[in-house]
Amino acid sequence: MKPHHGAHTSNSYIGAHIERVEDYRFLRGEGKYLDDISREGQWHAAFARSQIAHGKIRSIDVSKALAMPGVRAVITAADIEGDIPTIPFRRPNPTIGPYAQPIIARDKVRYFGEPIAMILADSPELAEDALQGVVADIEQLPVMIDCKRAMEDKSLLFDVTGSNLASIFNADKGDVDAAFASADFIIRDQLSTQRQTALPMETRGLLAEWDAKNGKLTVSGAAKLPFFNRTTMAAMMNLPETAVDYIELDVGGGFGARGEFYPEDFLVAFGARKFDRPVKWIEDRREHLMAIGHSREASCDVELAFSKDGVMLGMRGDLFINIGAYVRPNGMTPVRNAAQFMSGPYRMPAIHIAAYACVTNKTPAGTYRGPGRYEGNFFIERLIDQAAAGLGVDRLEIRRRNLLTHEEMPYPLATVLPSDGRADTQCDSGDYRVCFDACVQEANWAEKSKLQGKLIDGRYHGIAIGCFIEGGASGPQENARMVLEKNGDISLFAGSSGIGQGIETILAQIAADYLEIPMERITVFHGSTNLLKKGWGSYGSRATVMGGSAVIDACKKLLALFRISAAKRLGVEPEAITIAEGVARLADGRSVPLAEVASDHLEVDGSFKNQTPTYTYGSAFAHVAVDPGTGHVDVVDYVVVDDVGRIINSMTLHGQVMGAAVQGFGSVFSEELIYNEEGQLLVGSLADYLIPTASDYPVVRCVSMEQFPSPTNPLGAKGAGEGGIIPVGGVVTNAVANALSSFGVQPKTLPLTPSRVWEMIEDARVRA
Amino acid sequence: MTVRFEVNGKAVSVDVSARTTLADCLRHELHLTGTHVGCEHGVCGACTIIVNGDAVRSCLMLAVQANGAKVTTVEGLSPEEGLSPLQTAFKTHHALQCGFCTPGMLTTIHALLSEEPNADEDRIRDVISGNLCRCTGYITIVEAAMDARASYQHSRGDKE
Repeated sequence: MKPHHGAHTSNSYIGAHIERVEDYRFLRGEGKYLDDISREGQWHAAFARSQIAHGKIRSIDVSKALAMPGVRAVITAADIEGDIPTIPFRRPNPTIGPYAQPIIARDKVRYFGEPIAMILADSPELAEDALQGVVADIEQLPVMIDCKRAMEDKSLLFDVTGSNLASIFNADKGDVDAAFASADFIIRDQLSTQRQTALPMETRGLLAEWDAKNGKLTVSGAAKLPFFNRTTMAAMMNLPETAVDYIELDVGGGFGARGEFYPEDFLVAFGARKFDRPVKWIEDRREHLMAIGHSREASCDVELAFSKDGVMLGMRGDLFINIGAYVRPNGMTPVRNAAQFMSGPYRMPAIHIAAYACVTNKTPAGTYRGPGRYEGNFFIERLIDQAAAGLGVDRLEIRRRNLLTHEEMPYPLATVLPSDGRADTQCDSGDYRVCFDACVQEANWAEKSKLQGKLIDGRYHGIAIGCFIEGGASGPQENARMVLEKNGDISLFAGSSGIGQGIETILAQIAADYLEIPMERITVFHGSTNLLKKGWGSYGSRATVMGGSAVIDACKKLLALFRISAAKRLGVEPEAITIAEGVARLADGRSVPLAEVASDHLEVDGSFKNQTPTYTYGSAFAHVAVDPGTGHVDVVDYVVVDDVGRIINSMTLHGQVMGAAVQGFGSVFSEELIYNEEGQLLVGSLADYLIPTASDYPVVRCVSMEQFPSPTNPLGAKGAGEGGIIPVGGVVTNAVANALSSFGVQPKTLPLTPSRVWEMIEDARVRA
Repeated sequence: MTVRFEVNGKAVSVDVSARTTLADCLRHELHLTGTHVGCEHGVCGACTIIVNGDAVRSCLMLAVQANGAKVTTVEGLSPEEGLSPLQTAFKTHHALQCGFCTPGMLTTIHALLSEEPNADEDRIRDVISGNLCRCTGYITIVEAAMDARASYQHSRGDKE
């Protein structure tokens, strides 16, 4: 990190360590999150949720709830005319249609926590009190919580489809059978990652307002993709798109889960419209755990083929993804991603992977940071370390031999069908050995390798290295509107949304550099649908690349108008003008500063279209120490080196990488959404769902490089918000296996809780 | 029920029901929305405020229990304009991203450093291990707290 101090000269913001403009209000307690706003006369919503994981609804009696103090109304499926609306997919495919989630259960419940009624009351307390007055008579059906059991189709979640398989994605490349036939060595394993959730610190919430006179719906509390959700809401409400606005406030974390369209989104708005009242809803934490998108519950049976000197020849096998009871808007993303990105940064000439998306009686899944990529990386990195041992090839060498080089770019990954619009993709730029070698060096592998398997002060030490790619810059487009204000300052209205990542800072930096004016003169407004005609948002690590490139377009257009305005004032042809540092100048010394043309009402629309993803890549190193008496694992050192194409803000980049890595430690060691056989979620609070705390993982070191800019965008930048989490499962588990190599322990299942690690050691001792 | 206490140096009198938590009272009645509610189970620490000098979970304390108490929230840690040394250290070290846990982190660290301005890294980690942050991974928060110690060493006793 290169901290910059003092005044910035023009073109000095991009790449620097710039403190965030958002921080001032957050630090003073002046952020405005959803629960910080209220409206006169608002009603509060609370949701009655099914306590049965699978059953036929015989009746739902709300009469007791209606009679309770402060209760204004209770909405059930009976209040919805016609078919119950289902939530549309962001990326449809031919088979998933029947599995879409209805916004409220009418005939059947399919998971513990599915909404069956909405209470509207004068206060949140009274609304919650009335939940006990909702009496649901539900006939229990057999419960399927396991993917493979569900795939036997003995009990169907959707009778109409005759199957519990919502979709099968096939990832293919080359001739995989020939590759395996010619192999000298094949490694096969069955591995799994556990069900998790993104867990933003702010729970979900919405405030919906209906303007009956103008037929207008306003929904506050938008996040991630306000424009898509506006389109969705308008269609479901049978309103023109222009009659719906999504307003973005400060957002307490996203990580893939927050901001998707959920059943409650429709119901809250439905209540506001039906009763012509503002309706506010804030999720409580227990509800959050059972209702927001889950992710990561995946298993595999996969094999890798190698030549005798460790060159990868092919990969084939099956992935089973437990997507829960419905296909949510982005529910297929982890499934198709796991299939396409499992080969990651490695040269893999032949691939056949079938990824099965099966429905079960669990909360419907969606995305969590690095969706599918984290799972796939865990699978392949575990296989590679085992292959290295089997082949007698060094763990560094086996990776270095197979990492993609600069000469091979762009490098195609497997084709994934059915196509969701992204069937084919290719790694864009880079030499993956560069980050790898830098990571080996930074980690001091040569010295640390002496510790492998050693028992020191009662703990076994182990090390490992793993490699990853991260997809970013999701298409198709982003927009940015720029206005020159009367005082000469710039207002920038971005279609990108803020989810806590610092988008106001990043976009202001980019605009300041391209306009060559101080960053303080630029104010960024973002996310809300009333700021510009159309935008996309922040998902798939896209805001910096897509939003930033749209800002560049806007800057260029604004400077072009400035040139014309200045030329008029000076009575010259525009070509005669040179613009630098916010001032238009002539060779004769005359000049017009930007502020002087403010009366011309300069306003431009910038945009950037791009369907080609960026691929940040990198390598991560872990050094762990395992206490065989307790099964506790300490992460002694963790290093991640990535190349992000171009660094916009070294401070926020490191924040993303470090924060993601620590989230990953939670994935490896402690976080798990556990269900019992009846399909009830046994995790009800943050005392049960164990995310990392401040005392758990004190060491994460990150190094970011910008040696290979992405050719896909004018910044040369690559999306970088998710990469930090992708390699954690594989590299940390391999380090644990390395530490316990004297026992022959080979972990197959995450999380590596102390009890599971202890059990693996004890089992190995018994076997020995 | 009427509860009288002092918030950020100002005497307040609030009419609340017996079951109202101090967090809800601060947020909904007194409109001090800087205090955030992240779990209502006393686990996440986002709602931490300072009551009579101690860091307290305001979601686990009833408003009526605050009768006669001196309460400080994140708003009370903020100068009229600008940032306190602790807040400045958070900004410099990038100790926040989404900002939701930040008020609880600031109050917890303020209470700690007011009592123990020489707290070492382990002590700081131990104390803020009761405050969950999903964004940062905590490393920068610890750095910020370490950096802010100097200002507490100089001004020990004049805060609150």
